[in-house]
Amino acid sequence: MTRPARRAAALTLPLVAFTGVTFVIPLATMLVRSVHDPVVADALPDTLDRLRGWDGQSDPGEAAYAAAARELLRAREERTLGRVASRMNRVRSGLRSVVVRSARRLQDFPDGPWRAVMLDIDDDWGDPATWRAIRTAGDRFTARHYLNAADLQRLSDGSIARQPPDQRIYLPLLWRTLTVSLGITGLCLALGYPIAYLIAHAPPGRAGFLLGLVLLPFWTSLLVRTTSWIVLLQTQGVVNDLLVAVGLVADDGRIALVYNMTGTVVAMTHVLLPFMVLPVYSIMRAIPPQQMRAAASLGAGFPRAFLRVYWPQTLSGVGAGSLLVFILAIGYYITPALVGGQSGQLISNFIAYHMQTSLNWGLAGALGGILLACVAVLYLLFDRVGGLERMRLR
Amino acid sequence: MNMTAAEPGQRIGRIVHRTACALIFTFLMAPILVIVPLSFNAEPYFTFTEGMLRLDPDAWSLRWYRQILGDDAWRRAFANSLFIGVASTALATVLGTLAALGLSSPDMPARRLAMGLMISPMVTPLIISATGMFFFYSTLGLSQTHAGLILAHAALGTPFVVITVTAALSAFDTNLTRAAASLGAGPLQIFRRVQLPLIAPGVVSGALFAFATSFDEVVVVLFMAGEDQRTLPRQMWGGIREQISPAILAVATFLIVFAVLLLLTVDGLRRRAAAAGGR
Repeated sequence: MTRPARRAAALTLPLVAFTGVTFVIPLATMLVRSVHDPVVADALPDTLDRLRGWDGQSDPGEAAYAAAARELLRAREERTLGRVASRMNRVRSGLRSVVVRSARRLQDFPDGPWRAVMLDIDDDWGDPATWRAIRTAGDRFTARHYLNAADLQRLSDGSIARQPPDQRIYLPLLWRTLTVSLGITGLCLALGYPIAYLIAHAPPGRAGFLLGLVLLPFWTSLLVRTTSWIVLLQTQGVVNDLLVAVGLVADDGRIALVYNMTGTVVAMTHVLLPFMVLPVYSIMRAIPPQQMRAAASLGAGFPRAFLRVYWPQTLSGVGAGSLLVFILAIGYYITPALVGGQSGQLISNFIAYHMQTSLNWGLAGALGGILLACVAVLYLLFDRVGGLERMRLR
Repeated sequence: MNMTAAEPGQRIGRIVHRTACALIFTFLMAPILVIVPLSFNAEPYFTFTEGMLRLDPDAWSLRWYRQILGDDAWRRAFANSLFIGVASTALATVLGTLAALGLSSPDMPARRLAMGLMISPMVTPLIISATGMFFFYSTLGLSQTHAGLILAHAALGTPFVVITVTAALSAFDTNLTRAAASLGAGPLQIFRRVQLPLIAPGVVSGALFAFATSFDEVVVVLFMAGEDQRTLPRQMWGGIREQISPAILAVATFLIVFAVLLLLTVDGLRRRAAAAGGR
């Protein structure tokens, strides 16, 4: 490397290191979490050791029972039992209560034989499926969360099958996220293109003012804008009042505009519209006005001149704006969480649900990994159309 | 007037376009404009009461503003937001400006890769950043601390600084640095006396973007903040989720005024930069 190159690289080094530690490593941590889960393996090492050579069908034997009894008791003392039980429960539902109850009752038995004791506590210990579930939950590295996130399941013979139709959650959710984002992108384009055109062809003073009107929502707190939409759209809100006042809607027939998908789409279109207007506007400004005049003088009417001369030149701006809006839309969390109700939730909201409520962090990580992969592909595409190079903030 | 403009088809087209634009601008501005008068509602409703429409002075009041100003939780939230915002902005601005100087050098190796890495916090969905940060910062003992939030917000703010300063530097005439060097100035002196004054507007706008990012950020805060780190957006989030009261609208109005000030400042800086760069 030449000396100026070393100097340039040295200047970027602090930020590269900073972003690496404060941002990239956290993302990597999340991805590791989605395939790596040592809780059960750490809590029941001996039990899992005993199950390693087991055929999965017969009785696992007294040694396995003894190890399980000892290690469940220890997990209970170390207060890790709850986490261990919830991991097992995700592999085989119902196992949580079996494990927790057994560990509590085991205290009353100072001595084995442990097989008899555990079968006495719960019949489920006689079922090989219970032990198979423990063995599966004991894998340190697992594709389970990704299978789960793709609505797949591993059958007891090890093959992979789709979940029954009524239990498929995440593929429809991903599909919904993508289609809703696509719809929002289309709306942003339909609304953003005409005003970008207006601003690009207005006299300078007015253009500055109109651009200010686009930028003000952009600078305004996202929570403020989302709150405004709740205020405007709720059944006793301003829009419904207006509709009732002009007689379009009966007072008892007010429309549910918020806390559903309508609310999500309206509020997100509003939030993301500036991200479409700005790149399209900056492309339009670079188009010499003489071109349209030349096309007109050659006999093309406005629609034809627009379609043949103007529109093609704005495509790179449209592409950059659309990709940006789409990228932001598929990862949106706050707006759907606040105005989406039950039906307007997107994939981000399920990640938050698994992080905060169900505490299934592995599944949250897997859903995050899938979303991240989608965004990464789109981001590369965005860079390809030159969006990254031309990215300007105003 | 040129000839084509006089064609009736085109005139109709223009009217349709103008009308559509008026409606779209209404859509853009309505939410922000409606919330301001409603914050002066004397009643705990989210719609204009008849009294408000008649401009009856009794229907308007400052009660929600008094309530917010008198509330310890809101004051603490504001102080937290300010502290975390300023600290993370300072960090982001220094790191981002240095990096932009490197990126703008024609000799920078692997520029695209470096740029892609530096911009990535801006395009990564916040929910993913927040999830990852929660996992990683918890293992370092940084979750539920101010330091953790400052680092997280600085990471989210740096892309804005990198972009604005890179843009400012692209308008920068490199002959100036060469001239300064030929007159015997060292790299540090060139930066301080020649480059910095000219790119200062870009640095300040980047800093304002970074500050606005931190000041408005709620997802990372939801995942990482404890009771002591509640910020303004976190406090609003609670208010919107639980029982939405017009007090929220008073805070919202304050934030709108804040946004207008930010917008005007950044716009002023841009004009100054344009005038200085002759572009």
